[in-house]
Amino acid sequence: MNISLDIWTWISALLTLFIFSFLYGDNPFYKFAEHIFVGVSVGYTIAITWHNFLYPDLIIPLFKQGNLINLIPAFLGILYFSVFFKNLSWMIRIPIGFVLGYGSGVAIPAIFQANIIRQIQGSLLTPKLLERTDLLIASIISLFGIVCTIIYFFFSREQKGVSKIMAKCGIIFLMIGFGASFGFTVMARVSLLLGRLQFLLRDWLGLIR
Amino acid sequence: MQRSLPLGLCFIMGILMIIQFFSPHPISQQFFDTIIKWIRIISAFALVLGVRSISLRHIEAVKRRKSGFVYSIFTLLALVITAVLGLVFGIGPKAPIRTIFNNILVPLGATMFSILAFYMASAAYRAFRARTFEATLLLISAFIVMLGMVPIGNWISPHFPAIAEWILSVPNMAAKRGILFGVALGVIATSLKIILGIERGWLGGRR
Repeated sequence: MNISLDIWTWISALLTLFIFSFLYGDNPFYKFAEHIFVGVSVGYTIAITWHNFLYPDLIIPLFKQGNLINLIPAFLGILYFSVFFKNLSWMIRIPIGFVLGYGSGVAIPAIFQANIIRQIQGSLLTPKLLERTDLLIASIISLFGIVCTIIYFFFSREQKGVSKIMAKCGIIFLMIGFGASFGFTVMARVSLLLGRLQFLLRDWLGLIR
Repeated sequence: MQRSLPLGLCFIMGILMIIQFFSPHPISQQFFDTIIKWIRIISAFALVLGVRSISLRHIEAVKRRKSGFVYSIFTLLALVITAVLGLVFGIGPKAPIRTIFNNILVPLGATMFSILAFYMASAAYRAFRARTFEATLLLISAFIVMLGMVPIGNWISPHFPAIAEWILSVPNMAAKRGILFGVALGVIATSLKIILGIERGWLGGRR
């Protein structure tokens, strides 16, 4: 056993144990660690925002390079504070509108390309697939699954006959998909848990190598 | 004015962003880069509102000696100390904020997410009881994927990892793509509604 003498390792280990204590029930140790987490997260975000965004994108261009066009985003940003004045509070809509318009405008072609065009391209059966039987079968099953899943979510017409059968197949694909996603997520969490246990037993207590 | 100005700005920005996507001209690219910088600056100002909100909530709790106000003191202290250290000493690899990040933020975040493993296992026990055909499918699929990812799965049968991989890349992908199409169409429809001013919930209030 080779216990760490590093103060930061001790702080990490104790905070880790405090969070794990929630498995027993809500308690002051957990609450302490939780509140520290919130405070540090916000403080860290402030520092990162200043050094990565505000200083290089606003302060340097505006005050060191004399780039006055940066007054526009600065003005739009300051309009967020109009919410503190009753008569001017409507002005907060201006920066929100700007950001929302940007986000919506960027999302339409980007989402269309990435989530529709590319996904359709990935689902289509191409002559190249004929070279390998296993890939061809997998692609046919995949294409069938996609069509069935879409039909399951198509509520504009009553599902009967063939569409009802396909919708049922859609449920099967969805359930397998949800199960797989669940299993994958659980394993990711277990991996994190093992990482923490490894830290406690190796880095802190020195019980394992 | 109070509604038309923000709506107009939203419309113009939306249309400009759609146009620039299809234009490979350097001016269009430069415009896009400038707008991204502007958005980052504007969002940084919005952060002030968030910090103010969380600080006021905890200051209020301390002032009124609400139950658990001691924790609010810790939150405020952690916030101020981290922010000041970050602002004064920078965020370089050897800056004090990196030590805080590596020894407080990362372990706390990882542990928070890792304890979810226990709650997911407990939820799964209640939800996964194979009462119906669909629930059985869910159970079997999750079981195979989990087993296929650990050495014991390979030890039971060398086929487990391959089956898990197949489930993830074929039926799982098919279901995900089916859902993704719906989500994408929903995002596009909502974005169009926002740009065209049909969706006005973000304006808030009536004035």
